Amino acid sequence: MLIRRPSDILPSEITSRDIYLNRRQWMTGAAGLAFAGLAGSADAAPLSTVKSPFSTDEKPTSREDVTHYNNYYEFGVDKSAPAANAHTLKTKPWTVKIDGLVDKPADYALEDLIKPATLEERIYRMRCVEGWSMVIPWVGFPLADLIKRVEPKSGAKYVAFETVYRPAEMVGQRGILPVLDWPYVEGLRMDEATHPLALLAVGLYGETLENQNGAPIRLVVPWKYGFKGIKSITRLSFVEKEPPTSWNRQASNEYGFYANVNPAVDHPRWSQATERRIGEGGLFAKRRPTLLFNGYADQVASLYSGMDLRKFY
Amino acid sequence: MANKAAPIAKPFQVPKIALYVIGFIPAVWLFYQGVNDRLGADPMRYLEQALGLWALRFLIATLMVTPLRQLFNVNLLRYRRALGLLTFYYAVLHLTTYLVLDQGLDWAAIGGDIVKRPYITIGMATFVILIPLAVTSNNASIRRLGGQAWARLHKLVYVAAIGAALHFLLVVKSWPMEPIVYAAIVAVLLGYRLARALNRRAVPKRQAA
Repeated sequence: MLIRRPSDILPSEITSRDIYLNRRQWMTGAAGLAFAGLAGSADAAPLSTVKSPFSTDEKPTSREDVTHYNNYYEFGVDKSAPAANAHTLKTKPWTVKIDGLVDKPADYALEDLIKPATLEERIYRMRCVEGWSMVIPWVGFPLADLIKRVEPKSGAKYVAFETVYRPAEMVGQRGILPVLDWPYVEGLRMDEATHPLALLAVGLYGETLENQNGAPIRLVVPWKYGFKGIKSITRLSFVEKEPPTSWNRQASNEYGFYANVNPAVDHPRWSQATERRIGEGGLFAKRRPTLLFNGYADQVASLYSGMDLRKFY
Repeated sequence: MANKAAPIAKPFQVPKIALYVIGFIPAVWLFYQGVNDRLGADPMRYLEQALGLWALRFLIATLMVTPLRQLFNVNLLRYRRALGLLTFYYAVLHLTTYLVLDQGLDWAAIGGDIVKRPYITIGMATFVILIPLAVTSNNASIRRLGGQAWARLHKLVYVAAIGAALHFLLVVKSWPMEPIVYAAIVAVLLGYRLARALNRRAVPKRQAA
């Protein structure tokens, strides 16, 4: 068996701290974003944003809770596992493949996808299918902007998304009993994907995303259950037919393609009528009623007019 | 057989009361942390799940007493009642957390859960099974029922163990490792008893042949 000795590392190959830190400025410069210096956590760089009329005025969940209570099964099934394990994922450099029925397919460097966009702060409610919710100040740009730029063909009826598959860097993707069939995949109908509320998030609380929140780029569709918000996206495919989605493949009677927040349609194993707002009242917090389309009915209900929401859950 | 000839002086034994004191440490610690907001972002859920898990752990410990004695000659029989009662007390705390802190005593929602959600139906049935076992976990009950009838009644603990393991398996999304491991331990402990029972029935037949 051939065992190769590791080659000696040349001093010139070692990135100096200055250059390492400078790499964090990719968000600025050409992107036209003010760079406010390296404050905050080592992993998050500040972002400059404009405010959005789509933001809720509800009190945001604390940054600590937003970054330490996560479902990101690629890093383990416990809510605290992503914060503990996600640092192993390398998010720089990052490319997003755009393919399928589209006029400008390519492997885009992340910075090239973000550069033309104006980053907005969007404070959205987030409702998890498990019955809890948060209010999260995302930073991102409308998915519709990106879709417009890459010019989908008329036959494209859906957008399929894919999370990065790197078992060496994502502990939950290893092991003999995978919780889900990796890589994680999600999808939206084209009219959902181009809806102004659908957001590609690159940050939260004014800084770049932490890995456990889906760095470097993730989907946020606030009127749907949280699992639709696919994280660490490496691929968008424009397709004709409804694409498979991970949780639907895992248990189709429990998780549908649409996954719209709906208090009247129970999950088979629990009621969706109410939710617990994280960080509100501690141990003795009261449940609050869940709203149709997570309170975004005025904006999105028309997408589903005439559809039986019990059938298309 | 050397054991029978052992000296008359009784070896030191941990008093039963110590088991109750130790057994309640997790509950006290959890409540202390919960009241001081140290159970993470979703403290109610953490408390609820942790108490349920401790109930299952004590149930498993209870079921381990017999195989430990038969296979490894470790006799913890005098502690089995305490372990069984700790199971029940933790089940009570788990259920109370669900009823009061999780559901806020919304009886319509709770009733709906029990009827419609298999894991809650099973959890509730498991709790109901534990009640007669806890109520008869005293010497007076053994005398009143008679040893055989009492032992037969307490075989219900096997049903409770299956119920508890299923309750855990069904509450989680997908098939994560932890509930599978607990279910496997329960399966081994019950499988051991089944194998022994089958063996005992088979042996006399062979002798008669």
